[in-house]
Amino acid sequence: MGSRTGWLPVALLLLAASVYSTQAAAAAGGGASVDAEHAVQQHSERISGSAGDVLEDNPVGRLKVFIYDLPRKYNKKMVTKDPRCLNHMFAAEIFMHRFLLSSAVRTLNPKEADWFYTPVYTTCDLTPAGLPLPFKSPRVMRSAIQYISNKWPYWNRTDGADHFFVVPHDFAACFHYQEEKAIERGILPLLRRATLVQTFGQENHVCLKEGSIIIPPFAPPQKMQAHLISPDTPRSIFVYFRGLFYDTGNDPEGGYYARGARASLWENFKSNPLFDISTDHPATYYEDMQRAVFCLCPLGWAPWSPRLVEAVVFGCIPVIIADDIVLPFADAIPWEEIGVFVEEKDVPKLDTILTSMPIDDILRKQRLLANPSMKQAMLFPQPAQPRDAFHQILNGLARKLPHPEGTYLQPGDKRLNWTAGPVGDLKPW
Amino acid sequence: MMKSLLPHSGLRRSSVVTGGRSSAGAGADGAAADVSGAGPRAPASSTFWFLLHALCCLISLFLGFRFSRLLFFMLFSTTALYHSATTSSSAAVLRATTTTTTTTTTTTTTTNTFTLSFNAANPPPSSLSNRTALETAAAIKAGTSGNPQSHVVVGRHGIRIRPWPHPDPVEVMRAHRIMERVQEEQRRWYGVKEPRQVLVVTPTYSRAFQALHLTGLLHTLRNVPYPLTWIVVEAGGTTNATAAMLSRSGLTFVHIPFPDRMPTDWADRHATENRMRLHALRVIRERKMDGVVVFADDSNVHTMELFDEVQKVQWMGAVSVGILAHTGAAEQPRLSEEDKQNMPLPVQGPACNSSGHLAGWHTFNSLPFAGKAATVVGEAAPVLPRGLEWAGFVLNSRMLWKDAEGKPDWAKDLDAVGENGEEIENPLTLLNDPSSVEPLGNCGKKVLLWWLRVEARADSKFPKGWVIDPPLENVIPAKRTPWPETTTELPSELLDAKQDQEDRRLSRTNKSSRPRSTTKRKGDVQEHAN
Repeated sequence: MGSRTGWLPVALLLLAASVYSTQAAAAAGGGASVDAEHAVQQHSERISGSAGDVLEDNPVGRLKVFIYDLPRKYNKKMVTKDPRCLNHMFAAEIFMHRFLLSSAVRTLNPKEADWFYTPVYTTCDLTPAGLPLPFKSPRVMRSAIQYISNKWPYWNRTDGADHFFVVPHDFAACFHYQEEKAIERGILPLLRRATLVQTFGQENHVCLKEGSIIIPPFAPPQKMQAHLISPDTPRSIFVYFRGLFYDTGNDPEGGYYARGARASLWENFKSNPLFDISTDHPATYYEDMQRAVFCLCPLGWAPWSPRLVEAVVFGCIPVIIADDIVLPFADAIPWEEIGVFVEEKDVPKLDTILTSMPIDDILRKQRLLANPSMKQAMLFPQPAQPRDAFHQILNGLARKLPHPEGTYLQPGDKRLNWTAGPVGDLKPW
Repeated sequence: MMKSLLPHSGLRRSSVVTGGRSSAGAGADGAAADVSGAGPRAPASSTFWFLLHALCCLISLFLGFRFSRLLFFMLFSTTALYHSATTSSSAAVLRATTTTTTTTTTTTTTTNTFTLSFNAANPPPSSLSNRTALETAAAIKAGTSGNPQSHVVVGRHGIRIRPWPHPDPVEVMRAHRIMERVQEEQRRWYGVKEPRQVLVVTPTYSRAFQALHLTGLLHTLRNVPYPLTWIVVEAGGTTNATAAMLSRSGLTFVHIPFPDRMPTDWADRHATENRMRLHALRVIRERKMDGVVVFADDSNVHTMELFDEVQKVQWMGAVSVGILAHTGAAEQPRLSEEDKQNMPLPVQGPACNSSGHLAGWHTFNSLPFAGKAATVVGEAAPVLPRGLEWAGFVLNSRMLWKDAEGKPDWAKDLDAVGENGEEIENPLTLLNDPSSVEPLGNCGKKVLLWWLRVEARADSKFPKGWVIDPPLENVIPAKRTPWPETTTELPSELLDAKQDQEDRRLSRTNKSSRPRSTTKRKGDVQEHAN
């Protein structure tokens, strides 16, 4: 008797599960037709296992985000004043805001929100040359937090522990481009409990907080699409790199910039025909990457760079030369299997390392890179597409739910020190 | 971050850091300022530190490095030196910087080491940087002992250069093998899915320029990345020279003799070639050879893309052929300005309408050359194509088979063609419905091969197999060479050349020898061509 009635709900559950999964698959499949998927499967490899499957999660339904309505001076006015903010590598903060405004995870009812988003663009104060100045950013951030804590009760409820901020600058919430100064400043005290979505990631570094979500820097998807070449163009460049090796403007003696790693690359391999490295700015940069087997991604003043995104999109195996770096979405993408990690001290032996890699490893890495979901996860397309970087950020936030003990504070319990930090930060903005 | 890729980064820094960084002295500025900030401040001592700082700046300006750091190191951190000296990381720094090819002096070397230890000795100015100062101190002391703290140090590092920074040939070979393998995989994934065999049909005959043309075509075919069979039909029967060349080529070939000799008239030669091609097609049919049939005349030049493109053909395809009506004479055909304006492109190929379907044909416009075209092989006048050349068409060999599945009904049976002795002008006669030809090469926009006819006079001599045997006893001067004979009277020679060639149209008996003023080498022979 029990078994007879027992199977019906189970069957219903299975039916519902199958329907939901097909729906999810259809939603997640996006525009890819079945034929294209099949063709892709033939020569690309899906990263299976707990790490890779996570790339295909759909965050819709797993979390709710409430967006604070900040005055225009914190976001829209900055973009109107300088539209270059939309094209540089820090543009993720702007596009994340636009994505969330029209996303299915957005809720207009803050009472049911799991996460709160503050759309403040701290990297939009550009010099005439187009580089962001971080000197007002702490004040801007502080002013924004003051605004939301006065206007809504949700900040004070948790002291920011269920809020997230996008801080794509060089050293994230340390708000300085020089590493020593950034370390000295440390993360802005008001953001101590919040979740930070940032591009900077280095282990055991002051500017990387526990629980931060590392994202790739913004690279313009349309521009990269426009430079795609036919995939049967043979890859005839062994190692490719374009960029500076010495920063003569800021580090004339050498050894400071990139911790000497880029200079070491140049001195050791400038005469090596396998290494196509130079400081040129060729018009065929993207095309050349698609003709290379390995693309070097050494650190610069900060360990992260858009080169990683470009290498993944163009199918070139990234050779990451940055000690202790934390790569984007490291809990979803198994970077060890896709890229080659070389320690800075091993740079003089780079040619030996790369040529002695077993060919099966290289082919496997290329197959993994050919997987379109890998490329999608690195991009910020407009409008958003399934499984792109926006969705991976939401997945990361969803994985942090439910909020742990200690998120919600007792009334009167204050954890943040509103007067900590350099005196200059306390000035109102 | 690639802030350094961005221009004017130096400008930004200088605009930001107070006091500017235009000289090395400014570095001392920062260093001394740090130190002065760290130490206890008293009103009297602050002026002292200020004066000392100014002094250090001036000295640094002259010496060109950060003097203040050296000074403060010597004053404050004597014990730290031993720590830094014993750790492997700074030892590496020392070693590395002495081998650096930058123009740093040894004093800079010492400055480097001091900097590292200086950070360690510096009492932490605030609670936040305490962690990093401790970290760097711990790092320097711990070295590479696997300390869970970060071993990545902020500050100046040495530039590591290995003793022999040049490529190792073994590694270069390995890299090339890796690239070959990667490209093979690429071809497998993205290239043609099932590469079909290419059947190349070439009519040829023995003459002076045969070796020239066949060698060029041979090398082209050797580079084709698909399985290939070269079907060579030779007029006048097979010759040893041709057979030797084919067997040396390394290609799979079928050498077919054709009983008739090649005529010396262009029109007749054209017709004979067509019959030779039909003969080859019949052989393909008999042997049931499978693949794509490409008509490669021996004097034509083909691109590699042609062979990639023909893999796409379903039944019958057409490609664009560049027609090079080579004049060979010093005089160009006189074209009026109007003619030059209206001259269409010298291309034969399919023409498509806007939806990409075959709408017609481009053919070579022979009108400007009317009356001046060559009629005899070897004549110094432009050689023109007649109608549509076979070279611009490719077939699926299954179209020729007696019974092939999927064979379209607009393809005529091969036996029905040419049975009445009618001339086969172009492959379109093999079809009932010429509109079903597929245009290839981006709808004919890409010219994939060039049609060219370059020949010497039909009876011109050349060494057999281009091998010079020991000379004959009597040396008979050449009467029938295609090039004008070299004498001292060069100008008149050139003027006479045309006249002579006009006179020597038909083969003749030896004339009386003209005095030869140039000495000839002993090995020169004048043997008849086979």
